[in-house]
Amino acid sequence: MDATDNSPEVKAFWEALADGRFLVRRCTDCSRAHWYPRGVCPFCFSGGTEWVDGSGRGTIYSYSVMRRVQTPYAIAYVTLEEGPTMMTNIVDCSFDDLRIGQAVRLSIQKRADGLSLPMFTPA
Amino acid sequence: MTIKNKAYIAGAFEHPTRHAPDKSVAQLHAEVARGALEDAGLTKNDIDGYFCGGDAPGTGPLSMVDYMNLKVRHVDSTNIGGSSYIAHVAHAAEAIAAGKCNVALITLAGRPRSEGTAGGVPPRTDNPVQPDFAWEQPFGLATVNAYGLCAMRHMHEFGTTAEQFAWVKVAASHHAQHNPNAVLRDLVTVEQVVKSPMISDPIHRLDCCVISDGGGALIVARPEIAKNLKRPLVKVIGAGEAPKHQMGGNVDLTYSAAVWSGPTAFAEAGIKPADVKYVSVYDSFTVTVVIQLEDLGFCAKGKGGPFVADGNLISGQGKLPFNTDGGGLCNNHPAHRGGMTKVIEAVRQLRGEAHPAVQVKNCDIALAHGTGGLLGTRHGAATLILERE
Repeated sequence: MDATDNSPEVKAFWEALADGRFLVRRCTDCSRAHWYPRGVCPFCFSGGTEWVDGSGRGTIYSYSVMRRVQTPYAIAYVTLEEGPTMMTNIVDCSFDDLRIGQAVRLSIQKRADGLSLPMFTPA
Repeated sequence: MTIKNKAYIAGAFEHPTRHAPDKSVAQLHAEVARGALEDAGLTKNDIDGYFCGGDAPGTGPLSMVDYMNLKVRHVDSTNIGGSSYIAHVAHAAEAIAAGKCNVALITLAGRPRSEGTAGGVPPRTDNPVQPDFAWEQPFGLATVNAYGLCAMRHMHEFGTTAEQFAWVKVAASHHAQHNPNAVLRDLVTVEQVVKSPMISDPIHRLDCCVISDGGGALIVARPEIAKNLKRPLVKVIGAGEAPKHQMGGNVDLTYSAAVWSGPTAFAEAGIKPADVKYVSVYDSFTVTVVIQLEDLGFCAKGKGGPFVADGNLISGQGKLPFNTDGGGLCNNHPAHRGGMTKVIEAVRQLRGEAHPAVQVKNCDIALAHGTGGLLGTRHGAATLILERE
């Protein structure tokens, strides 16, 4: 079972991402966006949340480049224009040039097994 | 209701092994239980409460009480990662105060070194059913880069330097040189730490804790029982616990849940950080110590780097001696869970039984604090304040 297959709650996110759309979950009562997406708003606990199209724009909150592996990679927290901060990878960049506060944009990356993942690249 | 003065740590034992290829995990649990009972001067039949964390094999406490053949009337398997055992002391004191048990046994054991589950570099293999899994695991969330994210942000916001983080390891090595059981006994310098290989920015190899087999156990007893034993009296006077997480996306890596568990514990104990003579503070990585010391109020937020520098954590030299057994950074990190050894060294200090080279003079109040889980995603904090009577 893949990590992304097991929850009907967020199935639409992964299907949309495979089609090139990045969705963000927002509360229909308090209007705040949250991350990771949930059926119950983590702020006001309303049961009414909905998918909205995300801008795919954000800034790096923090990052760390894993060096001691065959293929180094940059894990990061990116703060989305919509408000919440999400874990991701920064790709297609020189790791040594990354900095906190840097503007990034969504870059949907397909993993070897075909799964699309929401990653980011310098804007 | 308060737990202040309601229970004592009557027994404490750290397994001397750091590599146990020929023992089972359950066996290690039982061996540390034997050690703690012997230390207290009690027997197995005195135990009527049992506490364990997620390292215990089996469903909660069930397989372990079976293996050790314990007849208990109270169990608690609260699992908040490596900080569990610090919380267990408080829970045991609560249970004793409520009349649920008289003598509580807490055990921890694991064999990550023998089992080859070593390292903070491989991506974590948590349960795929946990709701956060799909939003972290595909991005290569490991242990070391989760803490790297925190350290990078701390450096960015407060100007903390790699050299300041390194001082935490240097201080731990000063203590570990006196511990014959420690995994790393050589003194290290700031330069050696910052020139050790970069694992995940900005964490170098020597910013990391050791990987070791082993375990530890504690006996928490009702006052009437503890006072009839021959050991020095170490009293529980305050405790606090709290989880912290991503807060719906309001991620803030600059502080830990110690900002909540710490004040709760200090208020219950009726003391201030300045009253604490010795701290055991969880040291999975050097950054963990810096953030927790700030959050516990030993220095202002953001000043942890300068605070730990220049030997300030070295016993006999600095203002706040810490982890005088060498901590997780040099001595022992059994089962990848450092909370148990934190309490044990605090007990040694309060009893006056730490190594003479690191024993804190007039150590009457000690604090043990842990962070379990990952500082960079979600974690549980537990703070415990102990007093020598």
